Amino acid sequence: MTSSEAKAAPQPRVGLFATCLVDLFRPSVGFASVKLLQDAGCEVHVPVAQTCCGQPAYNTGDRADTREIAEQVIEAFEGFDFIVAPSGSCASMLKKHYPGLFAGDAAWEQRAQAFSGKCHELISFLTDVMMVRDTGASLEASITYHDSCSGLRELGIREQPRKLLGNVSGVEVREMTDSDVCCGFGGTFCVKYSDISNAIVTKKVGNIDTSGADMLLAGDLGCLMNMAGKLKRQGSDVEVRHVAEVLAGMTSQPPIAGSGK
Amino acid sequence: MELTANKFKANASKALVDAQLQKALGNVQKGFIGKRQKAADALPEFDELRDNARDIKNHVLAHLDLYLEEYERKVTAAGGHVHWAETAEDARRIVLDICQKANARTVTKGKSMITEEIALNDHLAANGIEPVETDLGEYIIQLRGEHPSHIIAPAVHLNKEQVEGDFRRVHTHLAKDRDLSEPVSLLSEAREVLRQRYFAADVGITGANFLIAETGTSVIVTNEGNGDLTQTLGKVHVVVASIEKIVPTLEDTSQILRVLARSATGQDMSVYTTFSTGPKREEDPDGPDEYHVVLLDNGRSAMLGTEYQDMLRCIRCGACMNHCPVYHAVGGHAYGSVYPGPMGAVLTPSLNGIDETGQLPNASTFCGRCESVCPMRIPLPKMMRHWREREFERNLTPAVARYGLKAWAFFAKRPKLYRLAASFGMPLLSLFGGTSRRFHSLPLAGGWTRHRDLPAPEGRTFLQAWAQREALKQEPLKQEAGQ
Repeated sequence: MTSSEAKAAPQPRVGLFATCLVDLFRPSVGFASVKLLQDAGCEVHVPVAQTCCGQPAYNTGDRADTREIAEQVIEAFEGFDFIVAPSGSCASMLKKHYPGLFAGDAAWEQRAQAFSGKCHELISFLTDVMMVRDTGASLEASITYHDSCSGLRELGIREQPRKLLGNVSGVEVREMTDSDVCCGFGGTFCVKYSDISNAIVTKKVGNIDTSGADMLLAGDLGCLMNMAGKLKRQGSDVEVRHVAEVLAGMTSQPPIAGSGK
Repeated sequence: MELTANKFKANASKALVDAQLQKALGNVQKGFIGKRQKAADALPEFDELRDNARDIKNHVLAHLDLYLEEYERKVTAAGGHVHWAETAEDARRIVLDICQKANARTVTKGKSMITEEIALNDHLAANGIEPVETDLGEYIIQLRGEHPSHIIAPAVHLNKEQVEGDFRRVHTHLAKDRDLSEPVSLLSEAREVLRQRYFAADVGITGANFLIAETGTSVIVTNEGNGDLTQTLGKVHVVVASIEKIVPTLEDTSQILRVLARSATGQDMSVYTTFSTGPKREEDPDGPDEYHVVLLDNGRSAMLGTEYQDMLRCIRCGACMNHCPVYHAVGGHAYGSVYPGPMGAVLTPSLNGIDETGQLPNASTFCGRCESVCPMRIPLPKMMRHWREREFERNLTPAVARYGLKAWAFFAKRPKLYRLAASFGMPLLSLFGGTSRRFHSLPLAGGWTRHRDLPAPEGRTFLQAWAQREALKQEPLKQEAGQ
């Protein structure tokens, strides 16, 4: 569906794929996503048959479990006009990687392709499909934005969050050096290769500190938990939040990993 | 070199606390990335050239047998000799044989990863022939008894003070009080020492960046000119190259050359691009009397038709490792294999088997930066994932990861059970998070909390909270309906 069709359609029905980390660790991001989608004119549904997109299995080489999980997600969500996830990584899994899981199984492959066409990452869905320019939020803060890898390189998400943040009154964006370089999270990588992950995230928080911003935003909770965890371990008082929280004007919850030192 | 790929973690831990190495790795990040970006930005058709380069190699790989035979015919017609080597051992034997027939005592070598792959230097030395590396970086690591830590910058793991120390240790015939504080003085000294070696050498061995089927030509690109001296001053020139280096025509070569140096060092072209076709002809003022090409397979033909075929497009520019956060953190030696970085993480298991190399394709965050800069558009993360699949199928995945994953998948595939467990577990974990809203340590989360705090969950899961909110909304409606 093109954006003009989306606008013409009354209240597109959106299935919110919350992602496992948002569901378990940061429901605020789920509610912020719902608000942003509703404000943009969507009818939002949250199917209960959702757990995870399957990336832990997929990236460990376990194709069989990945496929079972993918079937479950497709069955739960394919009835919606759009499937939206507040994560570039999970959205990319649904959109870019699911169809390949069914190669050689014509019926499922077709279903996965159709499903893939309806999947979007939250922020790019708002700007590119729902044509949102201004979410009406305001916040007095200087922020720096980390480009999470899958969103950036698999879905081309770079300008979209910056455009919307640019219209949040009171927000000053301070770009960090190497905002497009991995934070070292990498799913299970961060525990399998803990020391290397630490070296990578240490560089990242150095760049965050140097930016002088008092808040760090990104669009993926995995990366955010990694960077927040390192910032707090180092005693930093930079606040860490998902970009949706700021865009929705929902920053009353304590930031990720708490505030203060 | 000895394969220690499966000691990657231990190698990496050492590398992370090696101050000299970490200082040198800082230079990798500063230099290569910006230069490549600038070169790419300056050429509007850069991405289109990448597509062309990919298509050329895909075409070659689909018809590799035909092009190899055509190449052999053209080399032979130009007076050269082609030798087919199925394994590394075959290649070593063939090269030694050529050297022995030429009564060689010393051979000079241009920079060549293929001769690293077949461990040629050790073999020659064991048979009484002294190999002399002539690329500055290769020369330095040869003095140190090391292997390349990068495919185009073999000594990138070193700082200039270390090189100064090596030169003073080895070049004892030179004045002790000479100034070696600047890179240029190191370069001049190496040049002076090497110049004599070129003239004394009986055989010159180089690799090849391209083998052109149309003309039977081998091509090398260098920045120091050492390759040219190596291949023209000896009586015999031996090219050792793997079979996928074939390109159909000169035109194709120039297409790929346009992305090679830009991706590697950010240069429009390398300083020297040298085309060699056959031995010296009667009218030529110089050149070797004999010209040999050793074509190495060593597992590559077995990659054709598999999910790893795309790897054979690689032109060894090094852009993937130059942009890899893992390579930046640990350097090339930690990979414990001839080829480091993302390209090595895919190629090494293909050449050496996944049993001995499984760590390499796992040591990636899948950030995708390698693929995004690869001039040949090789889907490196995808192929690393395929290697993880091969491991998983064969139960090579470590038991902890395997059972952990299976336990998680059990719940992930049963939404009702998952919801139930989460609705008890997360509020409890949240409670333990206290007022700081984070954990400094937590049982079973040591891999995480060793280096960073774990954010505490907010409390109820999103789906729990959402269901309650929806139920509250329904409540007034139900009451209305009941009245």
